[in-house]
Amino acid sequence: MDNTIVATHDTHAEEHHHSLPQLRHHFETEEQQREAGTFGMWLFLLTEIMFFGGLFFAYLLYRNWYNPAFVAASNQLSIPMGTVNTAILITSGFFMALAVWAAEVRKQSLLVMFLILTTVFGCAFLGVKYFEYKEKWEKHHIPGASFDVSEFINPPVSAKTGKPIEEPLSPDMARKTQIFFVLYFAMTGMHALHMIIGIVLLFWLIARARKGDFSSGYVAPIENFGLYWHFVDIVWIFLFPLLYLINRHPGT
Amino acid sequence: MSSEYHDPANVNNPEHADHHIVQPGTYIAVYITLLVFTGITVGAAFIDLHILNPIIAVGIACFKAVIVMLFFMHVIYQSKLIKLTVSAGFFTFLILIAMTLTDYISRAWGRW
Repeated sequence: MDNTIVATHDTHAEEHHHSLPQLRHHFETEEQQREAGTFGMWLFLLTEIMFFGGLFFAYLLYRNWYNPAFVAASNQLSIPMGTVNTAILITSGFFMALAVWAAEVRKQSLLVMFLILTTVFGCAFLGVKYFEYKEKWEKHHIPGASFDVSEFINPPVSAKTGKPIEEPLSPDMARKTQIFFVLYFAMTGMHALHMIIGIVLLFWLIARARKGDFSSGYVAPIENFGLYWHFVDIVWIFLFPLLYLINRHPGT
Repeated sequence: MSSEYHDPANVNNPEHADHHIVQPGTYIAVYITLLVFTGITVGAAFIDLHILNPIIAVGIACFKAVIVMLFFMHVIYQSKLIKLTVSAGFFTFLILIAMTLTDYISRAWGRW
C-alpha cells in the first residue's frame, strides 16, 4: 500500500520538502526524533513514579502500623466528592487523549477545543478539592497544634442504631489519625501541585495551538504533555481507593 | 493503517515503531471502561470481604493504570525500547518497595 503512494511521488526531488521544519539535524528521521522524545519523557515520568512511590510506601507502612486510626480517619473523607472527582479527572484525561488525536490529524479548532476542555475539567477537579480541604480545615482535621481528636475518641452516636457510627479509638491511637491526614495532605497536595503545573502548561499550549503551531504535523509538545497529564491521572487512580476506601463497612 | 499520515519514504529506520494514530473510538472505549471500574471499586469497598478488600481495590487501580498507560499513553503502540523503559521503571520501583519492606517486616519479627 505504501509503495503505491511512493510511486506517485518523486521522493528524491521532494526529500527536502518532505521533512517538517521541526526535524532536528541530529535525527535521521522524524520517527527517530519522536521516539527519542517519548523516551526522554518516560525517563522523567519514571523519576516522578519514584517520587510518589516514596509517599505510597510511607502510606503502606503506617496503614499497617496504625490500621484503626487509618480506618477512622479515612471514613472522614467524602466518597461522593472523591468519586465525582475521579470521574472529572478521568474525563479531563480523556479530552487530553482526544487532543493528541486532533493534533495528529491536524485539526486546529478541535485541538484547541479539547485542550480547553482538559483545562476546564482539571480546574473543576481542583475546585472540588478546595471544598474537601475546606471541610478538613473547619473540622480541625489538619495535622498540627489545633488538630482535634475528639471525634475519633467519642464518635457521634447514630440516631438509628443508638451506637457510635465509628469504632471509638483510644486517645493514643486517635492521635495517630494525624499521620493519615499528613499523608492525605502530602499526597493529594503533591498531586494537586502537579495539576496546577499542568494547567499552567495547558494555557501555554492552548495559546500556541491557537497560533497553529501544532496543526502542521508538529505534535511532540502535545503528545509529551499528554503523557504527563495521564501520569497525574494514574497517581489519582491509586490515591482514590487508598485514601477514601480503606474500610467503608464499619461494624460488620 | 492511517497511511495518509504515514511517511512511506521513511525506510531508514525499520526498528522504529510505525507512527500510529489512535482513533477516538479507542479512547471512548477506554474512557467508559475507566468510569465503570471507578464505580466497581466504590461498590466493592462497601462489601465486607476482609483481607480481599484492599487487594481488590489495588487490583482494580492497577488494571485502570495499565489501560491508561497502554492506550491513553500509547505504550502498546510504541517501540520495544519504550516498552522496555516503562516496564524496567516499574520493576525497579517494585524492587525498592520489596527490599525496603523486608527491613520493616524483619525488625519486628514475631511481634506483629
